[in-house]
Amino acid sequence: MSSLLVPARGWFRAPSGHERTWIGLALCWCLVLTLMMPFWHFRGKQNSRGEAYLVTPAGFQARVDKFIAATKVGEQNGIPVVSPAPGGDAYVLARMWSWSPILKLRQGETYRVHLSSLDLQHGFSLQPLNMNFQVMPGYDHVLTLTPTSKGTFTIVCNEFCGIGHSTMIGKIIVE
Amino acid sequence: MSSIVQTLADGTKRLVNPGRVCATTGLSVCSTAQRFIKLNAVAAVVFLLVGGVAALLLALTRWQTVHLLNAEWFYRIVTLHGLNMLIFWILFMEVAILYFTCTTPLNSKLFSKGVAWTSFGMMLTGAVMVDVVIFKGQGDVMMTSYLPLLAHPAFYFGIILVAVGTLIGVFNFFATLYIARRDKTYEGSMPLVTFGALAAAIIAVVTLLHGAIVMIPTFSYSMGWTPQPDPMWYRLIWWGLGHQSQQVNVCAMVACWYFLASVTTGARPLNEAVCRTAFVLYVLFINLASAHHLLVDPGIGATWKIWNTSYAMYLAVLASMIHGFTVPASVEVAMREKGYVRGLFGWLTSAPWGNPGFSGFFLSLVIFGFGGGITGVTLGTQQINIIAHNTLRIPGHFHVTVVGGTTLAFMALAYYVIPLIFEKDFIGRKFARVQPYLFGGGITMLAIGMSFAGSMGVPRRSWDIDIAGVYGPAAHLMLGLVGIGGIIAFTGLLIFVLLCVGTLLFGASTEGRAMTDWGVAKSVTGAPTAQLGEHDHSATKGTFVLTLIFLTCFAVYYFANWKALADVWPVR
Ligand code: HEM
Ligand SMILES: [Cu+2]
Ligand SMILES: [Cu+2]
Repeated sequence: MSSLLVPARGWFRAPSGHERTWIGLALCWCLVLTLMMPFWHFRGKQNSRGEAYLVTPAGFQARVDKFIAATKVGEQNGIPVVSPAPGGDAYVLARMWSWSPILKLRQGETYRVHLSSLDLQHGFSLQPLNMNFQVMPGYDHVLTLTPTSKGTFTIVCNEFCGIGHSTMIGKIIVE
Repeated sequence: MSSIVQTLADGTKRLVNPGRVCATTGLSVCSTAQRFIKLNAVAAVVFLLVGGVAALLLALTRWQTVHLLNAEWFYRIVTLHGLNMLIFWILFMEVAILYFTCTTPLNSKLFSKGVAWTSFGMMLTGAVMVDVVIFKGQGDVMMTSYLPLLAHPAFYFGIILVAVGTLIGVFNFFATLYIARRDKTYEGSMPLVTFGALAAAIIAVVTLLHGAIVMIPTFSYSMGWTPQPDPMWYRLIWWGLGHQSQQVNVCAMVACWYFLASVTTGARPLNEAVCRTAFVLYVLFINLASAHHLLVDPGIGATWKIWNTSYAMYLAVLASMIHGFTVPASVEVAMREKGYVRGLFGWLTSAPWGNPGFSGFFLSLVIFGFGGGITGVTLGTQQINIIAHNTLRIPGHFHVTVVGGTTLAFMALAYYVIPLIFEKDFIGRKFARVQPYLFGGGITMLAIGMSFAGSMGVPRRSWDIDIAGVYGPAAHLMLGLVGIGGIIAFTGLLIFVLLCVGTLLFGASTEGRAMTDWGVAKSVTGAPTAQLGEHDHSATKGTFVLTLIFLTCFAVYYFANWKALADVWPVR
């Protein structure tokens, strides 16, 4: 009888044979998939907890300005370079179409990096590591980040934010 | 019109409603349903062509060496492509499928012509409105239209029209199920294909309600009537629409698989209870899934993310894995009963691969399972999403679900819908036989290119990657694969559209006769006639081996991604 026809009476019966074995296997695999996430949450080092606070764009801008004034160590192409205190707060502000300031971090130290946007949504994509986080206007998104490798890393915007989207490039330096 | 009494293969008689009896299948076809299946399918193919031309332009722009469009037109065309493909082509086709599955298999007539007109009119008006806004450059906001990006109000109004129009079509489906049951046009349980469509329709209602909840305040804001909705709230509800609608597509695609397996190889569901339970799992567990688009978003806690990511334990994934077994297993049993019993895979190698209905469906099954399923679960894992979010890995994933899977299954379906419903035999049959391979092969190549480029950090929806100065030759090579795969897939798409349109205009009529056979599996002479049961282990051993290979690939890919994640900076 085909799948287009009414099934014969008594069609409701338990699976058997390979079908039953497969369902059992698939169910076990789904259990593995499910348990991996809480396992990594407690044991793994990379987690996105979504820690965030409401903030107005003007409020965030003011905090970033204060942060830059306190930690500025230089400038590159008109963008301030800052060196935040290990263990402390660091800010990156996204707007159409730039990231500011440039963070200078120390390898192995942990920072609370605050991300927010003045205008549209943006995407914080750290290359070449390929770590990606959403940046929202109105939300102060806090990443507790520990750079474990040295070098210059590029922030690429990966949420569409208008015509200049692909030119929105920022920088993080780890030494 | 008078009723006809029809005699089924097993000798039972049943009453046929006004319409005609199909000379190929012996099933009844309601003439109103037939008209609206035609209208919706034609509209679907037109939007597929619009989206297809856009696709070619995009592929040739992302191929960094060619870099065809300028930035403005690239973003405009991404918006056009997303909406015409994912929303218009798919929804029109799904309404056509709903109208078919609630009438012919149930031997019923369509509930209402007026309702069907209203639905079609609203959907078409809305879709045209959206496209006009996009071409006028007033809707460069991507199909997701994330606030605070803002399009012309007609953009949102058009989408609302399409959504409400579709809901009205879905209502017509439910009402038809009701009158069929009331008038006892069939006895017992509804056929499996209709049951699958019912699951799709139920999810569609939940989905489209989310669409209304998010689009109406946004429309009102764009008119200046109300303040701007919160962008995070918008993302949450929008994905209630955006993700769940993908499950509608999965349901519709699986229903197509069962249908095509039956008509091309004579397969019957091994265990109806298992297949139906799997559809019920989709309905019950998918409504939480919007989470996996928000895994690296602020303001949403880890507990919420983990719980919703697994849809409370991946039971919708289980459902797909069940269908991934039952569909090929039913083909294997049918082929073995026809006498193709050699070895593990003799049934598969002897299958009617020259029949585009079969090859399209089976490629869709393989591409969806091995490509879409494995990548989808992996990318949608809460923490792994950190190394995937908004990179090209994401379009790499969904071009092997909704394109290599659903779209290819719908194309395969068309090779039967046009002869059976439009009553036209296909022209260009040689081209039709290679079309599924071109389209499936091209899309697979495109998706592989996207996935690897994405693993190297290449962002999606980005006009140019060279400005960043961090992507090397390997990433550029992968984007070349996107370009070439895109050209091949577009060729397959164009052949499909030309064949469909050509057949409607010039195809020989099949009125009153059976359609010209594409080549279905025939019994080997002297084959044993006994039916094989599902408890018979030798009957499904080939499929079982295939599913074990699948599970191995899945595990390898999944854990390789955990390894890749462990290599990036610690973050909380
Ligand atoms: C010839 C076949 C196709 C080709 C060559 C193709 C190619 C592409 C390319 C190059 C992109 C842009 C990726 C980016 O830069 O982010 C894209 C995006 C997309 N495609 Fe396709 N595609 C095809 C068919 C389809 C079909 C049939 C569907 C749906 C049923 C579809 C759905 C989408 C969606 C939803 C997007 C994302 C748009 C966005 O980011 O807003 N595509 N496609
Ligand atoms: Cu941006
Ligand atoms: Cu951007």
